[in-house]
Amino acid sequence: MRLFWNITLGGVAEGMIFASVALGLVLIFRATNVINFAQGAMAMLTTFIAFSVFGKGVGYWPAFVVALACGLFLGGLVQLVLIRPVQNKPPLNAVIVTFGLLILLEGLAGAVWGNSNRGFPAAFSQSGLVIGHTAIAFSHFDIFIVVAVLVLVVLVAALFRFTTLGLRMRAAAFAPEAARLLGVKVSWLLTLGWSFAAVAGALAGLLVAPTSVFSPTFMDLILVYAFTAAVIGGLDSPVGAVIGGLVTGLALAYVGGYLGGALEPIGALVMLIVVLMIRPEGLFARPTARRV
Amino acid sequence: MIKLRLPGWARLPRQPMLRHLLFGALGALFFYLLSNSLSSFNNFQLGEVAVYAIAIAGLSVLTGVNGQISLGQGAFLAVGAYTIGELEVHQSINLVFQLLIAVAVSAAVGFIIAVPATRLRGPYLAGMTLLLALALPFLSDKYSSFFGGDQGLITLPPDAPGSIDPQKWLTWIQLLCALIVLVLLGNLLSSRFGRSFRAVRDNEVAASLAGVHVARTKVIAFVISAACAGLSGALLVLSTGVVNTGEFPLSLSIYILAGMVLGGAGTLTGAWWGAILVVYLPNQWSQSLANAFHANHLVGANLAVIVFGAVLIIVMLLAPAGVQGGLRWLGHRLVTVSTVTKLGSNISVALQDQPASKQDRGGPDSETAATSVD
Repeated sequence: MRLFWNITLGGVAEGMIFASVALGLVLIFRATNVINFAQGAMAMLTTFIAFSVFGKGVGYWPAFVVALACGLFLGGLVQLVLIRPVQNKPPLNAVIVTFGLLILLEGLAGAVWGNSNRGFPAAFSQSGLVIGHTAIAFSHFDIFIVVAVLVLVVLVAALFRFTTLGLRMRAAAFAPEAARLLGVKVSWLLTLGWSFAAVAGALAGLLVAPTSVFSPTFMDLILVYAFTAAVIGGLDSPVGAVIGGLVTGLALAYVGGYLGGALEPIGALVMLIVVLMIRPEGLFARPTARRV
Repeated sequence: MIKLRLPGWARLPRQPMLRHLLFGALGALFFYLLSNSLSSFNNFQLGEVAVYAIAIAGLSVLTGVNGQISLGQGAFLAVGAYTIGELEVHQSINLVFQLLIAVAVSAAVGFIIAVPATRLRGPYLAGMTLLLALALPFLSDKYSSFFGGDQGLITLPPDAPGSIDPQKWLTWIQLLCALIVLVLLGNLLSSRFGRSFRAVRDNEVAASLAGVHVARTKVIAFVISAACAGLSGALLVLSTGVVNTGEFPLSLSIYILAGMVLGGAGTLTGAWWGAILVVYLPNQWSQSLANAFHANHLVGANLAVIVFGAVLIIVMLLAPAGVQGGLRWLGHRLVTVSTVTKLGSNISVALQDQPASKQDRGGPDSETAATSVD
């Protein structure tokens, strides 16, 4: 029974990380109908920048802030330079461009920082908490993961629900023509949306790096798990992304805990196949009519 | 569009099947002469070019003609390769049957992926294939006794008859397979299937109204591309001699995609350009490039990946038709210019040329172009 609870707690922490990457994917997909396959690689790059900043001896939190700021900048830059030119082309072009960016960023990071596995510092202790007299597989850092992602989710929800900017962004995503007629600067809001999504990714990178090997490819699997989470939640639902992240995290934790860690990616693939067979539009997506 | 008037014997046959067979025979002659003049190592690389051309052509049909994308073709190469490995471990059967079984197994895996992913529009197939490429290596870790673990499985090159150099014999087999696949794909694309592939790419609703079974067509296209990748992987391990997961990293899938994009999505001839890049860039060109710029070893090790990433982005942004598209455009211009000088009448050429060249490119704007000229 203790094994079960430990696996569950680990799954919650993993799931929150998937949720933050999935949230980034969904924010971008909702606004620009593009799945950003470079979401993980962009997060990898900002995490490596944080790693270098940390190496200068400035401490953890300045490096943390630098990573998020770089995410903000990188997301906007990518949208402006790479995505805007393919925005009105067939959707495959955008897929290929983001995939090319994924490999380009991994190559660049490998050229600058090397392809070897490193360790990344954690903000808090990673040894398990002790409740009563039993140690559990949930550390201060895991608490930090859950809290940080929850703060992110609340901020995103508040942005969309309570601010004019959020209203404009929703308008730009759902009815770009009408929004443009009403004076909303749609293209700049799309750029801003990519920036916010990249910040969510940068946060995820900082949260994943201490718990896994840290190399230029360390976000690859996280990205496809987050994609699974986003599809389970319905690709255009932020709430679905968070719940899908938790579901995916828990399911993969049980697969890894009971059947062996090597089966986690296969488990994700099976989940994806089953969800697409049974409920292809995801659990939380709005039903959409296809325009002819 | 005005064509150059050639005498009857010099024109290409109008039957697509005959035309493709003619191209295939010319290609076979060319490669036969080429391989006879090459060293053993160069023949090895020529064989690899042929092998990657198969995978790239399959992906080109899927992406350029049918409008779907796979980010994980490397996974299907691995399926074909491991099938050959298992067959060689457990029993000795004829190479032709081994290859056919490898094709069948990878087509079956492709079917399992395609059926759920192709029911929906959107990036599902891209994400699933990416996940597949990342997940398959873990399977061989988990069941290492069956898949041979890190060492992998040993494959033996086929025995060459008589006194033929074994490497040259293998290269011939690989080239022959590539030519057969390209001729078959060429015929397929000029058949009913090819037309329905294009119809689905251009407009799914219109295609289904015209009686095309959209989901089935998408599944068929994906299974074909998976089968090509499986054959490619099977032929690849015959020359490398070993099957292990290190041979099929994610970067392999990216190389194949970049080769397809560079050669020109939807063109079969373009597959050769892409295959040349895939074979020579990671092994030779990147090293000489890094040496030329006195780059450190980290840059040298990552240069191929950087170039492939840059190729994907730059070609997509600047020249989505790729090398073959560029050559075709150049050819069109040359033909047009020569006819213009011949006829001395710009206007008639301009009027007749416009809709034809637009339709050649296909794509959603061909209808509007045709109607606006009418």
